[in-house]
Amino acid sequence: MMHNLTIAEQIKGLKSRDFSSLELTEHYLSRIDDSELNAFISVTSEQALTQAKMADSILAKGNASGLTGIPYAHKDIFCTKGVKTSAGSKMLDSFISPYDATLSEKLNSQNMVMLGKTNMDEFAMGSSNENSYYGSVKNPWDTKKVPGGSSGGSAAAVASRISPFATGTDTGGSIRQPASLCGITGLKPTYGRISRYGMIAYASSLDQAGPMTRTAEDSAIILNAMAGFDERDSTSANKSVPDYTKNLSKSLKGLKIGLPKEYFSEGLDKGVERVIIQAIKDYEAMGAEIIEVSLPNSMNAIPAYYIVAPCECSSNLSRFDGVRYGYRCDDPKDLNDLYLRSRSEGFGDEVKRRIMIGAYALSAGYYDAYYLKAQKVRQLISEDFKKAFKEVDVIMGPVSPTPAFELGSIKDSVSMYLADIYTLSVNLAGLPGMSIPAGFSDNLPIGLQLIGNHWSEELLLNTAHQFQLKTDWHNASPVD
Amino acid sequence: MTWETVIGLEIHSQLKTKSKIFSGASTAFGATANTQACAVDLGFPGVLPVLNQEAVKMALRFGLSINATINKNSIFARKNYFYPDLPKGYQISQFEIPIVGNGVIDISLEDGENKIVGITRAHLEEDAGKSIHDMYDEFTAIDLNRAGTPLLEIVSDPDMSNAKEAVAYAKKIHALVQYIDICDGNMQEGSFRCDANVSVRKHGDKLGTRAELKNINSFKFLEKAINLEVERQIDILEDGGSVVQETRLYDSIKNETRSMRSKEEANDYRYFPDPDLLPVAISEELLLEIKKSLPELPTEKKLRFVEKLGLSSYDAEILTSQKEVADYFEIIINKGADAKLSANWVMGELSAALNKNQVEINDSPISANELFSLISRITDSTISGKIAKDVFKLMWEGNGSVDEIIEKQGLKQMTDTNALESIIDDVISNNLDQVQQFRDGNLKLLGFFVGQVMKATQGKANPKQVNQILNEKLT
Repeated sequence: MMHNLTIAEQIKGLKSRDFSSLELTEHYLSRIDDSELNAFISVTSEQALTQAKMADSILAKGNASGLTGIPYAHKDIFCTKGVKTSAGSKMLDSFISPYDATLSEKLNSQNMVMLGKTNMDEFAMGSSNENSYYGSVKNPWDTKKVPGGSSGGSAAAVASRISPFATGTDTGGSIRQPASLCGITGLKPTYGRISRYGMIAYASSLDQAGPMTRTAEDSAIILNAMAGFDERDSTSANKSVPDYTKNLSKSLKGLKIGLPKEYFSEGLDKGVERVIIQAIKDYEAMGAEIIEVSLPNSMNAIPAYYIVAPCECSSNLSRFDGVRYGYRCDDPKDLNDLYLRSRSEGFGDEVKRRIMIGAYALSAGYYDAYYLKAQKVRQLISEDFKKAFKEVDVIMGPVSPTPAFELGSIKDSVSMYLADIYTLSVNLAGLPGMSIPAGFSDNLPIGLQLIGNHWSEELLLNTAHQFQLKTDWHNASPVD
Repeated sequence: MTWETVIGLEIHSQLKTKSKIFSGASTAFGATANTQACAVDLGFPGVLPVLNQEAVKMALRFGLSINATINKNSIFARKNYFYPDLPKGYQISQFEIPIVGNGVIDISLEDGENKIVGITRAHLEEDAGKSIHDMYDEFTAIDLNRAGTPLLEIVSDPDMSNAKEAVAYAKKIHALVQYIDICDGNMQEGSFRCDANVSVRKHGDKLGTRAELKNINSFKFLEKAINLEVERQIDILEDGGSVVQETRLYDSIKNETRSMRSKEEANDYRYFPDPDLLPVAISEELLLEIKKSLPELPTEKKLRFVEKLGLSSYDAEILTSQKEVADYFEIIINKGADAKLSANWVMGELSAALNKNQVEINDSPISANELFSLISRITDSTISGKIAKDVFKLMWEGNGSVDEIIEKQGLKQMTDTNALESIIDDVISNNLDQVQQFRDGNLKLLGFFVGQVMKATQGKANPKQVNQILNEKLT
């Protein structure tokens, strides 16, 4: 079946006319139609079919780029011209973007086919996808379980093979954690690798887009299309983009893998730990050297993150005021009422909580104690990694302390925040990180996290790909 | 009891960039509402700011022209507050580390004395849009054309001690930003706006509580508003009360200041570094390039006018206080006209005519070249200075060139000695009484005779010759 093919295989299939982009697109659209996971907020069937026909004509002329005609699902945080862009929020339920995000433009320029926009935690705030205005997404491995978040719709779509790949964004783990919980491959590149222009901001200094695919090879193919400097984003790096597929087959002999002792302590689920330890052993068998490292400040990542991210979001989300676009309350009696009710009614609880935390932490008299202190912790976390990367090439550990949990089972925010304990530091330090399928616990997929130094995506993809050549976890499917 | 006034100014100077400080939208004034605001200016979801390098260069031009410290890595910060004409819910400004640090400027006071005023800082920021409250009954209209326009906020030290000094300082900055071509200085269009921080104290005391006066868009209003505020504060203090720290609005129609908001009501702006923008890195090369591109500054020009042209310090100050005036004046003297005479004409007749008709010097109906021709006709004795004033008037009204007017009106000076002698003989024989008085020692009567000769010649007689002949004939 076409949906079991990887992107690499689909590219070959399209080139050799085994199937057309239109057939591929129709196939996925019908699978989306049959899906009950609630992975999509919008399905753009009509536009997809038009794009597929266009792709087919380009393929027929023989001047197609590598990804022409490949369908994908776009996280609903990326602005897409003429298409609703909601960020999972009631606030933007009526928002049709007048422009394309740079990432949307890049994928369009390859004549790819957008199937629709995926469900997500509101404004990317959440670890279970339960904070979406459009309802929870279900985990394809067990529909009573969460898919993770915030890119839960993207992860569920790729895992259930209703899209060959999906875009995601990762501010504190939002690509890696759902990838882990749904058993797919997710890559959060180095901060600045992919343009943030047109990606609705949650926490600007942490947000980074990335590919969510089934395999590391596919991630490399997609990252090639996504990465690059954008003059519209001052924080994007003016740094050349290598061909990420080039070094996939390099041997891992002599690779130094660091295991942070702090990542294997209390709080880590035994089943998860067992899977991670086994994966490390597999790497050892491939010739890698395992070294214990220490990231002493990593446990401060949660408090630091939950200051920095709310501070930035309290400001980033100020523009949603009911004045120019998006949700506006009925019959405001004055300006204050317009602001108060539009924002109270338009935002969900978790978003409001983070806005309030951030506004408080930035207030006069508290700024030094919270924001500045959190920035200092951030610096310490970066230095921990810097030190570790003097000794090792890649750091490995769990992505999530537990497998996917029951929908509705975590009721308090702080417990939910702990779900990101192993992923937050990577964002705070601006490093690239990956989650790759490494096994199962209680029939639920477990992801292994790979963390690299800045701009080491090639090495991470190589490390992941080699694992996938030796193991079969990435091919496990929750569907036929 | 004597009170001492302490004034500091915050000047918002709109930079002359073609596009906005963080977007590519045009900054041109007067376009249809909301046609010059792109997705970035409108604060759409997902958009990001990109710093306009021209704005940075302009800020550096200012910094270098006041000998300021330039911060090699300045930081943009977000100033958070809600208002409908502020689309993002925050203004991007500079807070802790502005691009321009401490500098100084020399101002000239009315008594001819100079005073050095410190400049605390100058920072880059974006302007907000405009709220129009009187267009609809139940709504406020928002025009976002101005949103994102680059501003340089220039903050002075509290160095001014009266309204006149504050005005002199503001005028000096106004002239400077135009000299260095970073602001058009148009106060009506809001390109140059002043806020004044005013407090009073008894001599030797620590600083009093200040009020910030906003919404002042002319130098005249600045002076009035400060004087009103000083009076108000002194009245309060003399009645045993205390001044409240607040923002006050100057109402030019009622000529009063009134409270806008007190310190307690003031926003907590929750400043923090904007994570969308990198620190503004300034290289030595860029600074050097900008230093080289700076024109002669007013202070340098004034010094040159005094030292090289022999003008008085007072004249040089007036001529350099506006770039356009200095440029006009320099065209004349560069063609070889006498500096002092040219200065008198520019500051005298020309300036009076411009003021009377409310015309800017760049729009003067008499160009610098034409005024040069007129001055040349005085120095080559074709016409007298007095006749020249009549010619000036005719030129202003558009009656042709200097020479055409002299020719047409027959204004050419009489220099024929024989003719003059015969006229003078007539004057003497018609005024024998006065001749006797003159010869008896009333030498002041010489002026009377000159006047008579001028009357007889319709002012065309060469005054020097007339004086000479009269002296010969009367003694």
